Amino acid sequence: MFDFSSSWLDLPLIWGGLIAVAVLIYVLLDGFDLGCGILFPFAPSDQSRNTIMNSIAPFWDGNETWLVLGGGGLFAAFPVAYAILMPALYLPVILMLLGLIFRGVAFEFRFKTQGRDRKLWDASFHIGSVLAAFMQGIILGNLVQGVAVTQRSFSGGPLDWANGFAIVTGLALIFGYALIGATWLIWKSEGNTQDWARRVARYVSAYVVLGMLIVSVFMPLNDIRIQNLWFSLPNMLYLSVIPLMTMAAFLLLWRDLHSNRELRPFLMAVLIFLLGYLGVLISIYPWIVPYSFTVWDAAAVSTSQSLLLIGTVVFLPIILAYTAYSYYVFRGKTSDEIHY
Amino acid sequence: MAGLELDPVLLARLQFAFTISFHIIFPAFTIGLASWLAVVEGLYLKTGRQVYEDIYRMWIKIFAVCFGMGVVSGVVMSYQFGTNWSVFSDKVGNVIGPLLGYEVLTAFFLEASFLGIMLFGWGRVSKKMHFASTVIVAVGTVISAFWILSANSWMQTPQGFEIGADGLLYPTNWLEVIFNPSFPVRFFHMLTAAYLTTAFVIAGVSAYYLWRKLHVEHAKVMFSMAMLIAVFVSPLQLFIGHMHGENTMHHQPVKVAAMEGNWEQGGNKPLYLFGLPNEDTETTDYGITIPNGASWVLTGSGDGVIPGLKDVPKEERPPVATVFWSFRIMVGIGMAMIFTGVIASVLYFRKRLFDSPKFQLWCMAMTPTGFIAVLAGWFVTEVGRQPYSVYGVVKTSESISPVIAEQVLLSLVIFIVFYTLIFGAGSYYILKLIGKGPIESQQAEGYYEHGHETAAPLIAGDHQGAR
Ligand code: HEM
Ligand code: HEM
Repeated sequence: MFDFSSSWLDLPLIWGGLIAVAVLIYVLLDGFDLGCGILFPFAPSDQSRNTIMNSIAPFWDGNETWLVLGGGGLFAAFPVAYAILMPALYLPVILMLLGLIFRGVAFEFRFKTQGRDRKLWDASFHIGSVLAAFMQGIILGNLVQGVAVTQRSFSGGPLDWANGFAIVTGLALIFGYALIGATWLIWKSEGNTQDWARRVARYVSAYVVLGMLIVSVFMPLNDIRIQNLWFSLPNMLYLSVIPLMTMAAFLLLWRDLHSNRELRPFLMAVLIFLLGYLGVLISIYPWIVPYSFTVWDAAAVSTSQSLLLIGTVVFLPIILAYTAYSYYVFRGKTSDEIHY
Repeated sequence: MAGLELDPVLLARLQFAFTISFHIIFPAFTIGLASWLAVVEGLYLKTGRQVYEDIYRMWIKIFAVCFGMGVVSGVVMSYQFGTNWSVFSDKVGNVIGPLLGYEVLTAFFLEASFLGIMLFGWGRVSKKMHFASTVIVAVGTVISAFWILSANSWMQTPQGFEIGADGLLYPTNWLEVIFNPSFPVRFFHMLTAAYLTTAFVIAGVSAYYLWRKLHVEHAKVMFSMAMLIAVFVSPLQLFIGHMHGENTMHHQPVKVAAMEGNWEQGGNKPLYLFGLPNEDTETTDYGITIPNGASWVLTGSGDGVIPGLKDVPKEERPPVATVFWSFRIMVGIGMAMIFTGVIASVLYFRKRLFDSPKFQLWCMAMTPTGFIAVLAGWFVTEVGRQPYSVYGVVKTSESISPVIAEQVLLSLVIFIVFYTLIFGAGSYYILKLIGKGPIESQQAEGYYEHGHETAAPLIAGDHQGAR
């Protein structure tokens, strides 16, 4: 029926781009609420914990939906990639989902309890967030290394994903999310909670620098393609913009964390994530299952990609508009009020 | 399954069946509850009566708990296609992938974003906007059901595709794919099922209040609304279900043969009220039957010909007993629901609707039946389509991921343990909310008050958070 593929409309590339954007939005949005979960037990008081929870409660569901769009989009636009990556990353995916379950139910359950029970759901919120973040980092670490494939299916072992590099990316992502979470709280809270968030953001950002350095060194060392991409002229000149901007963003962030700026630290954390993400994306382009299927090899038939593209073009702007509206409704500082 | 060797197909099926059965419990309730809350809030806006606000604010908390569990178990489902049925995903991704994509784009975002406003926006947005959010969430749940049931119905009655030389399925006509033959009946049957499930939960809770003489004013309003649905919607469900059966006889005759426990094709077939289908002797034993009943129900005449299980070889038949019994449980519950409606009408005309403790006890007993019927119905549908996952096209045994069985077993055990814990906790908190009743549950918790009152925009004097 519909078929938009033509010489000037490269559907697989568009879909690769759209999924990359969906994942990016997911990482940024769920990043701050997972980050809040990661920092949760370290908050100075129960009151701060209420503030933290209230600041993300209206948003977490919408944020997580971007993950569903990423997965659903992959299934629809690149079925074979979905069919290879899910079994390859079976346990990390299941454990990530489990983490998301634990933190998701904690939102509702902790409002209904006090005392020891509430502690239980606080713990479930924290552990779930850490687990989900760690597993997402592991998934990322494996994607950039590539997975074993024969013909159209995964052919590696069940524990291939548990390797040193992936564990480093897992830890790095925990700190990365903690950074976005802390800067979100600087923006959305005040008083004690804000002071604490500022302090936390400072030392967390040091770990983020470390994590990004390790990843940036390892990736080119691990794969000759990536090495050639980044370290050959003239690429090196253009691409050096990314590390340079990242450095600048860190410097600004560091300064802001020692001043009383409220919004800019968050924006800088977002920028840092964006640049890191762009770096990874450039390295694995154009593979969707590194290094066996490119976006073109893995693409669903063009009628399927076309049909969903219509929906995306129509609905994505609407989704963005009402998402923005919902953030607007809940703008301003969050309080810790839970009336008992 | 030979000896202790693990069968990956069986495990993957068990895992999928367990996780989706867990998931469907929540949509079955939230789809109905969202619409009902929209009606209640609409009545509140129109009449300004406090009862409606109290009822709304009590049930929205229960709604929040269920919705949360529905969301997290749903996110699991969207990855289960890949983790457990990767070959299936590869083969049919071209066809049903876009349907699931549309579900995310048109429903999930809508539900998720406006849920935030619905739960926490009370006092932050105008009353009208709040009402609009409730309506949007309700509409979102229906749109979501539309797409997922379209995808599922396509797997039951596939059309609008061709099989390529590479063995993959390619769509040829999207309208045929989306509006496949079993979709309209399945969609309405499921929606009605969700409304009935919700109605019977509300009926049970308000019957409990009436029985204990608690919150009587609120209970009467809730009980009347629930009974209204029982009276009018349960017969409608029988009618839709009947059409569903006729549709299935046309497209999946073997499934209908299993539902009826009928082995030989032919006319004058009895309707089994009870029986034990036996796959070895190929008979249904110990039958208590209504002569010519099955022929009559399915074809409209006593000598109408209905399909038999022996029409196809053994390996093409679904597990008969599961289908047969699940079907009887569902229909039995449907009949009990109709009976409830009849009694309610009688009591109403005798002006005793709120005064019969026996009827209140009956309604309390009926509380969980909607869930049971929904699960039973899905078991008929899904087990009845075996051994295919896409009926007549892709076998279930050819759908499975190349993951080792131990992995699937491990995750299955993890799911069972943690889902049980979470389900237990969720049910406990819901029961606590019900125990508190419409007034107390509101005061006990003010978590709508998101943010400072000073920071909250007071839209045109509509502020109503502080009461
Ligand atoms: C009153 C008599 C009823 C009849 C005759 C009936 C008939 C049917 C039939 C024939 C199917 C199988 C469809 C297939 O071939 O795949 C089915 C499925 C189902 N039924 Fe019923 N049903 C009745 C009552 C109910 C009730 C009361 C509920 C729940 C409250 C319910 C919920 C379901 C669900 C969730 C399914 C699976 C989804 C689907 O295929 O629609 N049914 N029903
Ligand atoms: C929501 C209510 C549902 C319930 C309770 C349910 C239940 C089940 C059960 C019991 C099985 C295992 C059957 C067997 O192997 O004997 C199954 C399999 C399956 N179902 Fe469903 N199902 C539901 C909805 C759906 C929907 C909406 C879809 C797709 C859009 C779907 C897709 C599948 C697939 C792919 C399998 C595995 C392949 C197969 O065994 O045929 N199910 N389901």
